[in-house]
Amino acid sequence: MNKNNYPSASLPYKIKGDKLFFTIMLSLCGIYIFLLIGMVLADFRFIDIKSIKNFFNDPNIISSLKLSIASCSITTVLCLWVAIPIGYILSRYEFRGKSILDSILDIPIMLPPLVIGICLLFFFSSPFVKYFEEIFINIFKGSFIANWFGWEPQYWTFNPAFTKLSVIIAQFMVACAFAVRIMKSTFDEMNPRKEEVALTLGCSKGQSFWLVALPNAKRGIITAATLAWARSLGEFGPILIFAGTTRMKTEVLSTSVYLEFSVGNIAMATTISMAMIMTAIFINIIMRQFGGIKLSHD
Amino acid sequence: MEESNYPMIELIDVTVSAGKFQLTNINLSIPDNQYGILLGRTGSGKTTIMETICGLKKTTKGTILIDGQDITQLKPAERGVGFVPQDGALFDQFNVFDNLAFSLKIRKWKKSEINERVCELAELLGIESLLNRNTTNLSGGEKQRVSLGRALAFFPSVLCFDEPLSALDEETHDDMCHLLKNAQQYSNASVLHISHNPKEHQRLADLTFEIKDGNVIQYQPEELILKDQKI
Repeated sequence: MNKNNYPSASLPYKIKGDKLFFTIMLSLCGIYIFLLIGMVLADFRFIDIKSIKNFFNDPNIISSLKLSIASCSITTVLCLWVAIPIGYILSRYEFRGKSILDSILDIPIMLPPLVIGICLLFFFSSPFVKYFEEIFINIFKGSFIANWFGWEPQYWTFNPAFTKLSVIIAQFMVACAFAVRIMKSTFDEMNPRKEEVALTLGCSKGQSFWLVALPNAKRGIITAATLAWARSLGEFGPILIFAGTTRMKTEVLSTSVYLEFSVGNIAMATTISMAMIMTAIFINIIMRQFGGIKLSHD
Repeated sequence: MEESNYPMIELIDVTVSAGKFQLTNINLSIPDNQYGILLGRTGSGKTTIMETICGLKKTTKGTILIDGQDITQLKPAERGVGFVPQDGALFDQFNVFDNLAFSLKIRKWKKSEINERVCELAELLGIESLLNRNTTNLSGGEKQRVSLGRALAFFPSVLCFDEPLSALDEETHDDMCHLLKNAQQYSNASVLHISHNPKEHQRLADLTFEIKDGNVIQYQPEELILKDQKI
């Protein structure tokens, strides 16, 4: 084996500079960041002092802001409550039908948001829900508890459409799917060895989850919470269909933008949009400070 | 502690599956207060055997006895087996003290007893100065000491070490070998230690096993001398 038999082996080896690589990468990043910043700054053209004053003085908008913050916060708590156990089970256990369950959980991500609203509306007015509603009402009707509290079960309904509760349900259905994905990947990335060691040290499965898995998943939990909150704030389609846009009742910031835009009040629509951006940034900062982490799920 | 008539750890015709991998009819026996080393190639099933003893993998057939008691169907928490994994697997959310005290708090020991036991372990392992430290800042050797202390805390009758010395430098490795032997003698526990390193079985082993083609073979001392000469 002689080096002289291979003329190419004697040629000097030089590599091209990395400038081209960085130019292409930075250009692609630059285009996206330019669009991102540009579309936010463009809103400022329509914002004036008067519209900002109107924003803070308009009781409809203040009610919408309050409902947005409250519903997003409640939705986030509900999402974590559901997403953490689902993510843990999907990550740690093998069982029959797991891949089907995994696909079902992705439905809200794949469906157009408007369709989710329609599905919710149809589900809660279906005979299936009505059947359970009747059973529930019959249990309480004329019961001692109902009489004691002065309840009137015959007027109860399981259908929350066009109420504040429907806003939370609509937000929850979409945001939870994203939270589940984050929590599953968080538990997937965590080595189960620590939980197994906890079992040998005397823990039950529940104790090993609470004492070992959950504290180690802190970063993922905060990321899931942030994503769920931001996703809920931006939710529009399902809320429009399932909760409607009744002023002072089911109107949230995203539907306020739609209402103001549809009547040609561009200044107010953009002011509300900016308020949403500011709120989202504020919540993100709070979450980062709270968790002491980078927002990206790394 | 008096030696029992029966082996402390005994696997009788144990069959265990891990995905497509399967070990069938495994037999292994370590008497009371003895240090057993299990050798074998990567992927031969050493860790699977250890996980089966700890209760982390379920057997499909066979019986596991610890101190004469059938523990095959018991949960890991009820087996009384102290487990030290390869990377230590310390709980990073707790400091060193709380790692050592973990199993005792779970068992609801009194605070004074926990303090006494943790101090005793810290002294044995030479980690008194680390008790308030965060585990993420510890060196490899320190982490393994804490992991060993955590496994010893609740007085297990069996200790399982899964290549605890594999990631340590030469000097720390020698110190840890000494410490492992001391810990075993101090705790009167029987040990099953997985290793690749011939030095470890020369220094530590009372009994040496090798897993080969799915069977566990026990070596006699004269066979081991020949085997080490080959290595």
